Amino acid sequence: MIRLADLVAATDGPQPDDLDRWIAAALVTPLQDADDVVFTDPDQARVQLLCTLHYTLEIEDDTLPVVLSLIDQLYQTRAQLRALAAAVAAQDAGVQRGIVSALANRKVELP
Amino acid sequence: MKDPYEALGLSKTATDAQIKAAFKKLARKHHPDLRPGDATAIARFKEISAANDLLKDPETRRRFDAGEIDATGAERPPQPFYRDYAEGPGHAAEDGFADNAAMEEFLARAFGGQRGGGQRSGPRETLRARGQDVSYALPVPFLDAANGAARTITLADGKTLQVSIPEGAEDRQMLRLKGQGMPGYGGGPMGDAYVELHIEPHAFFHRKDDNIHVDVPVTLREAVLGARIDVPTVSGPVAMTIPKGSNTGSVLRLRDRGLRNRKTGQRGHQFITLRVMLPTAPEPELAAFLDGWTPRNPANPRKEMLP
Repeated sequence: MIRLADLVAATDGPQPDDLDRWIAAALVTPLQDADDVVFTDPDQARVQLLCTLHYTLEIEDDTLPVVLSLIDQLYQTRAQLRALAAAVAAQDAGVQRGIVSALANRKVELP
Repeated sequence: MKDPYEALGLSKTATDAQIKAAFKKLARKHHPDLRPGDATAIARFKEISAANDLLKDPETRRRFDAGEIDATGAERPPQPFYRDYAEGPGHAAEDGFADNAAMEEFLARAFGGQRGGGQRSGPRETLRARGQDVSYALPVPFLDAANGAARTITLADGKTLQVSIPEGAEDRQMLRLKGQGMPGYGGGPMGDAYVELHIEPHAFFHRKDDNIHVDVPVTLREAVLGARIDVPTVSGPVAMTIPKGSNTGSVLRLRDRGLRNRKTGQRGHQFITLRVMLPTAPEPELAAFLDGWTPRNPANPRKEMLP
């Protein structure tokens, strides 16, 4: 957990008005305390990602939500894939082999 | 610790703008949140970040160039990346995979991709295997299959394959493109790509073995009096003679105008079934002629169908 003031003060931290804009656009959703805004560890990592995207890769404000949304969808898909892979791993060896070979032999229709 | 200039692919004389541009380019490629399945991205990104931290500040760059500090001084404390949280907490313990690498290995096995690529540590390094074969189904227009064709196909991952469709290719024929499959593991050879040809039907040509069958309409005059007409073949129009007195259902043969047999090299034939077409617009003279016409050999064509 880190408070907004500390996050902004850190080296490589976000510019205060950039962070305000990201919060207003719900790109990151910190906890709103009575008198302070607090970031959990995942929130903080997400702000770091926003900083890299915006400051280093120079992704502009209007494209930033698009990129972030794609990254979020990718992680969501990976979480589902992980769950699927775990479900496969819980099956008998024969079932696992069947699934792996069905995937390996699948055909891709070309346009 | 790698030399920071080398890490960014720059020479010692690089300008500040070149350093910034090089870092931006490499960050775009290696940022761990842009390569979530790649186990080595964190190490690579750390390396280029450290190099950038050292070189972007003129003072630390001067001291490094003068040999006062070495590259290790710029190493960062471990930075948490969003991907450490993004896929849900505690998965390692719950889902039966010891670590991320175990899942990536399962996915590589299942999908044949180069997930989590790069060097792996430990016993996995000894794994050396031929890349996976991949199969594709390629729709082929009828005439491309008849005459042979070269096609370039673009795969989902942007890779292109050159496919040479042989003359007389058959439906469901499988072409093997050696070394065009997935990359091998640990220096193993590439897998092969298999392309199954799905030949599309043609509007009027039909294939039977090496022969082509086609229905050709002729006019009443051409059928009764005979004519020389152009008929389509798979390799273009060919002139042929319609004998006098041809009828609907008459079959004519064009020798060696079929498809080339892959094994014997011989060409099949084209069989033409004639269809006599009456005029579609009113022809009062024809009607008047038939009205006064008594056939020399009257016959009921429905004789066999009726009791």
